[in-house]
Parts: sequence; C-alpha cells; structure tokens
Amino acid sequence: MTSEIGGYNFAYLDEQTKRMIRRALLKAVAIPGHQVPFGSREMPLPYGWGTGGIQVTAAVLGADDVLKVIDQGADDTTNAVSIRRFFARTAGVATTTRTAEATVIQTRHRIPEQPLREDQILVYQVPMPEPMAKLEPSRAETRRMHGLSDYGLMHVKLYEDIARFGQISISYDYPVMVNGRYLMSPSPIPAFDNPKMHQMAALQLFGAGREKRIYAIPPYTDVRSLDFEDHPFRAIRAPHPCGLCGAEDSYLDEVVTDNAGGRLFVCSDTDHCAERRACGHVGDDGVAEAAE
Amino acid sequence: MSAVVLRTEGLAKDFTLHLQGGVRIPVLAGIDLSLAAGTCVALSGPSGAGKSTLMRALYGNYRAGAGRILVRHDAQMVDLAAADPRTVIAVRRTTLGYVSQFLRVVPRVSALDVVAEVLMARGTDLAEARAVATELLCRLNIPARLHGLPPATFSGGEQQRVNLARGFIGCHPILLLDEPTASLDPANRDVVIGMIADAKARGIAIVGIFHDVEVRDSVADHLFPVMPLQEAA
Amino acid sequence: MNEPRLLEANGLTLHFGAIPALVDVDAQLWPGEVLAIVGESGSGKTTLLNVLAGRIRPDSGVVQYRAPDGEMLDVHAMPAPALRGLHRSDWGFVQQNPRENLRMGVSAGGNVGERLMARGERHYGDIRAEALRWLAEVEIDADRIDDLPRVFSGGMLQRLQIARTLVTHPRLVFMDEPTGGLDVSVQARLLDLIRSLVARLGIAVVLVTHDIAVARLLAARIMVMQRGRVVETGLTDQVLDDPQHPYTQLLVSSVLAA
Repeated sequence: MTSEIGGYNFAYLDEQTKRMIRRALLKAVAIPGHQVPFGSREMPLPYGWGTGGIQVTAAVLGADDVLKVIDQGADDTTNAVSIRRFFARTAGVATTTRTAEATVIQTRHRIPEQPLREDQILVYQVPMPEPMAKLEPSRAETRRMHGLSDYGLMHVKLYEDIARFGQISISYDYPVMVNGRYLMSPSPIPAFDNPKMHQMAALQLFGAGREKRIYAIPPYTDVRSLDFEDHPFRAIRAPHPCGLCGAEDSYLDEVVTDNAGGRLFVCSDTDHCAERRACGHVGDDGVAEAAE
Repeated sequence: MSAVVLRTEGLAKDFTLHLQGGVRIPVLAGIDLSLAAGTCVALSGPSGAGKSTLMRALYGNYRAGAGRILVRHDAQMVDLAAADPRTVIAVRRTTLGYVSQFLRVVPRVSALDVVAEVLMARGTDLAEARAVATELLCRLNIPARLHGLPPATFSGGEQQRVNLARGFIGCHPILLLDEPTASLDPANRDVVIGMIADAKARGIAIVGIFHDVEVRDSVADHLFPVMPLQEAA
Repeated sequence: MNEPRLLEANGLTLHFGAIPALVDVDAQLWPGEVLAIVGESGSGKTTLLNVLAGRIRPDSGVVQYRAPDGEMLDVHAMPAPALRGLHRSDWGFVQQNPRENLRMGVSAGGNVGERLMARGERHYGDIRAEALRWLAEVEIDADRIDDLPRVFSGGMLQRLQIARTLVTHPRLVFMDEPTGGLDVSVQARLLDLIRSLVARLGIAVVLVTHDIAVARLLAARIMVMQRGRVVETGLTDQVLDDPQHPYTQLLVSSVLAA
C-alpha cells in the first residue's frame, strides 16, 4: 500500500482525521438525513470545489477501491479530473470513468443514470447542507426545527412557488424527507435525480466542507421529495432525445454548437452516453457525426 | 303579592379617594330595597343623593361596601355583592339589564348590531337577533336608514333610544333604567312609557330613576327615597 | 361557577436579578373569555404573558393548561415538542410588532398558510382557499394575497398577523399590545375586528395592554399590575369605574376623556 507520491499519508488525510470523519459518518448513517458536525480540515483546493466530498472520500477509501469522480455528470471536467488524479497520486487507488466498475463515486451535482449497487458508495459534494438556510437565517432556529420536525416553513417555500409560477419551480437542490423524519438538502443535483435517491441500493454520503457538516442515507431508505397533494413532485427533463445516443430517459445538457443558434441536447452523464453508443444506440446528431 | 326578584339588605357604599389623601366619602348606608316581579320602583331624592350610585351598585358596576344584593337568578337568590366576576357576568347576560344615561359607543359597530349583540351573546343567531333589533329600533322611531350606521354620529336623543333598545331587547326579568327619557321628545317619551308598561305586564321588574315626574307617575308603583347621607344623619 | 378553567396559574414568581418581575401572581382563564392585564411599562404584564405562554420559565409557580381532551398540562414541565405543538395550533400569540411574527419575505397568503402547513395540511388548493377566507375575515383584499407584507401598512400588517394566528382556530390567544403604535382610526378598526372575531369564534384571550380603553372594549375581566404584583382584579367595568387600589385610581384618572 504505497502512495504514488511520498510525504503524504494514504489518501492525504492523517489517520486521526479519517477516524474522526468515520465516526461522524457512522452517526450520520445511524440517523438518516440528520446533519452531523465534523472537524473539517483545510484541503488543497478551495471551498466550493468539493472539500467536503473529498474528505469523506478520503475517509472511506481503501487501497483496493476503484474511484470514479463526476462533475455535472461528466468525468472529463477540470474538477473531476483534478480530484481523480489527487486520489490516484495520494492513495494510489485505481480510477475509472465507468459507473459499473467503480466502488466509490464522488459526485458534484448529479447521480449516475445507471442504477447503483449495494457494493458501491456515492459521495456527494455539498455547498449548503441546511435546506432551510435561505428561509430561516438563524442556525439555532433551523436546528430547533429539525429537532421538532417542524417543517411548515419549507412547505411555505413550495407554496410561494406555486402562487408565483403556477408550479414548484425548484429545479435543483429540491428538498427531500429522509426516512419520514429529517428534511434534507440532496445537494444541487437536478430534481430529475431525486427519485433515484429513494430506496437506492448504494450507501449515500454527503460532505459539506465549508459548513462542516456530514449526513448520510443508508441503503434502501425512503427518500421523498416534498410536494402538495394537488401539485405532486415531477421529475422534469428537456423534452428531447439525446443527440448522440438517442436516450429518451436520461438527464440532458444543452450544448450550443455554433453562432447561428444551433443547439444539441446530450446526456449529462457522459459514461452513460458512451456505454449506450458502444451498444449501438445512435441519436440523430450521432449519425451525422459518424458520417463525417 | 308577586315574588321578590331583587332585594338589598343593609347595602352601603362609600368611596375612598386615595389620590386626595385617602378622603372617605360615604354615599349609601343601610339601603333595604325590595322589588317584586311586574312592578316598578322609582328612586327619588335630590340630585347628588346617590340614586345613580345605588343603581350602579345594583348592577355590580360599583362594588358594594357592605350588605347584600340578592338577585333571583336561575331560580335561586344570588348575592351580587359577594359574587365572583363570572357570576356577575352570567346574571347580567340573562337576568339583569341596565340602561345607562349615555350609550357607550363602540367604534364601527352599527346601531343594529349594538342592539342585536345582547341576544347574540346568548347564542341567538345573527339573522334572528337582527330581526328583533330592527323591530325594536323601529318602535323607538330610529329610521331604518340609520340602523346600519355606528351610533357615534347620532344625536343625543337617537343614541339614548338605541341604548333603550339595547336594554329592552334582552327581556331581562330585572331592568335598571337610569334616566331613560332624559333627552327624548314627548312622542318618544310616550313610546318608552308604553314599553315600560308592556314590560311590567310581562312580569319584568324595573328600578328606575326618572327626572320627569309625569313619566315617573305613569310607570312607578312605589317610590324609594334616597337621601343624602349628611342630611339623613 | 364550576366550569373547568382553560388556563390556571398559581404562585408565579420571577426575578430578573434583584428586580422582582412577578411576585406571587395567580391567574385564571375560562374558555371563550377575554382577560386584560393592564399596568404601566415595567409593571410585569408582558413578562406575565410570556410566562403564561410558556416562553419564559418562572422561578417558582405553576401554569396549567387544559388540553382539548380535558387533561391539565403543566406548561413549564411539558416537553419542548409538545409546547411547540400547542403554540402552532391550539394557541396563538399576537405580537405588538407584527414584523416579529410575520415572514416579511413571504407573501400574505404564505404567511396565513404556514400554520396550516406546519400542522400537516398538504393540499395547495385548500390552503390557498383558507388563506383567502382569512384575508377576507381581516378585511384584506383578495388581490393582495400574493403581495409581500413589506408593502403593507402598519394596520394591514397587524390584521395579517391576526389572520396568520387565527387560521388554525386556536382556543387560546395571547396578545401583547395588539393596537400599540397604530393610528387611532386604524386602532378602532383593529379593535372592532378583534372584538367580533373573538366573540364569534369563542376564543379565549389573554390581552396585555396599557390602554384601559382597549381593556374596557375587549375584556370581561381585568387584572391590574404594579411592580410585578396584581394589585386589583375583577370585572372590567367595576375595576375601571370603581377602582379600589390607589394605583388603579391613578391609572384610571390619568386617562384623557375623549
């Protein structure tokens, strides 16, 4: 078990810190959706780039784990590449871009399209763990509200949306009730991904570095998106098939292709899209691309 | 002889003015008044003798200094001088009515509802209470166009008639009338005399202060003299 | 009168340092009754209100509330979640400054609906209909339902607070100077509104005010407080028309006749 670069402990963090984080993780798993404070460390990347997620990953990573890191669903963006290389160098673990091969997946703002398994862990990067932060500025008060399960205020926000826009306009970071008890921020994933959290086979861990909070959803836990009886939650996606692989059930990114207003809708999950194309699925624009 | 519905025994009242160095002003002493159903007792005596004070003491508005005020309420005699506030409120709601000299105006409440709320406080529904109130106001010559307005802007005579309607609507078995005709013209005065006579005929007992001797003689069965204490002593 | 009491306090004593805020105060409240607590600033009336409502713990003494099922609850001994539960459905609290109670960044309708949602209502259409009904009750136009309270006048804010408080049909409402700081004409409208709503819905109210005209208009019974003690209590009209205690006489004689 040797690191690729010398002078650092396995996975960068010292063992005491990792133990501290694991204790927080155990407590978080025991109380699904509850925010557990932890002693967040300075990491060699700025707040907002995944300091929370990277510490959780460091604490759960073993030498034979296979790590995948995605940012907005893509494996090839700066943030994803940097974090993947960080662990490759400080822990010497194998890395992958393929969802099926990974044992630990650190993510920013997406859940992979492919259903996860019991032997996988999904680690979320969380900028703001408190779902009611924008509604109630007092941290003491939101803690009291969690303690008493007093979540009328969150519904007020949904009410306001419907009153103003005719529907619930929250498109990402859509609040959920975990195990029927705690209100939780799912991190800024699209609301489209919310249903994937419900009864997921994989363990879901959440780390907020700047806010120094960890929370978790154990496997097979109820996760419900907040809604009204007459305005039920709906997972919204762009009404197009993927231009490259033709998928009609995946979350899409809109890509501007030229200066003439040309647009292309493609899977946000790059691995999912590549897998599908490898299996022979071809979208409208994919054919054109192949013909060039 | 009809049943006695109100009786005082040794009723006394004095005021202690703490802001004037604790001066004690005795006003009433040894009042033994008895009132039977269907009769009217008029309090008589010079002004300043304490007639209004006695009236207010009977209503529980002034606290009795000594003695008892026995009122027939729910088939038993209740001593208002010793009763707790909630009992006094209950007695006022169903047994003891009071028409003060001046209407206490409540902002924004219409004349109709000022009168009707007496019945609504007993659980009568709004429509029925208003119907009875309308009838009474009309009998007292308050034009219908005024019924929906708050009485604050009414003339003194109109306010007094609204006050009378409020006092009579409840058909309390005992009614206290403090100068009910003071600011009324002859026609309306006769209406009130008629209403008092009707009330007596229905068995209602009345204690009144009437400045107008003509009114007094036409409604009172007995005079109860109230004398200034200094002179009486 | 043996009707069961809704709220009962015995021997309440509270000191702020060396200052006695409450000295051996007893209080009773029956269902559907309005009780006024009057006295000058610093007499302890707002402190008493907060102690009765379970918001400040007394040094000694007991406050008991009769739950709808008849059980007497010790307000200061009950678990925090239970007390909060009371405060968000069975009880209401109307503050002098409506901004302390309202959410200024949330629409009028959202403010009225919050207690319904906190109680578990999850039907948007029902919540909105109820909010509209309550805005009408407090004489706020239906087309203001989506406006933010920050554009409302002081009187409207206070009426909105009352709608927000009464929407769950509480049995007991605590009011702290509800007409304080409002223009006289605005005050009259608000008083009339409180008076008719309370009478029609049969709500019991503990009302703190320094304005004895407000007490006379709304309350059947009154408690006069001075330096943390109840110096006189009884029928409102009797206490105000025939005050016995020197302090009550001072209070009554200090009022300008309109």
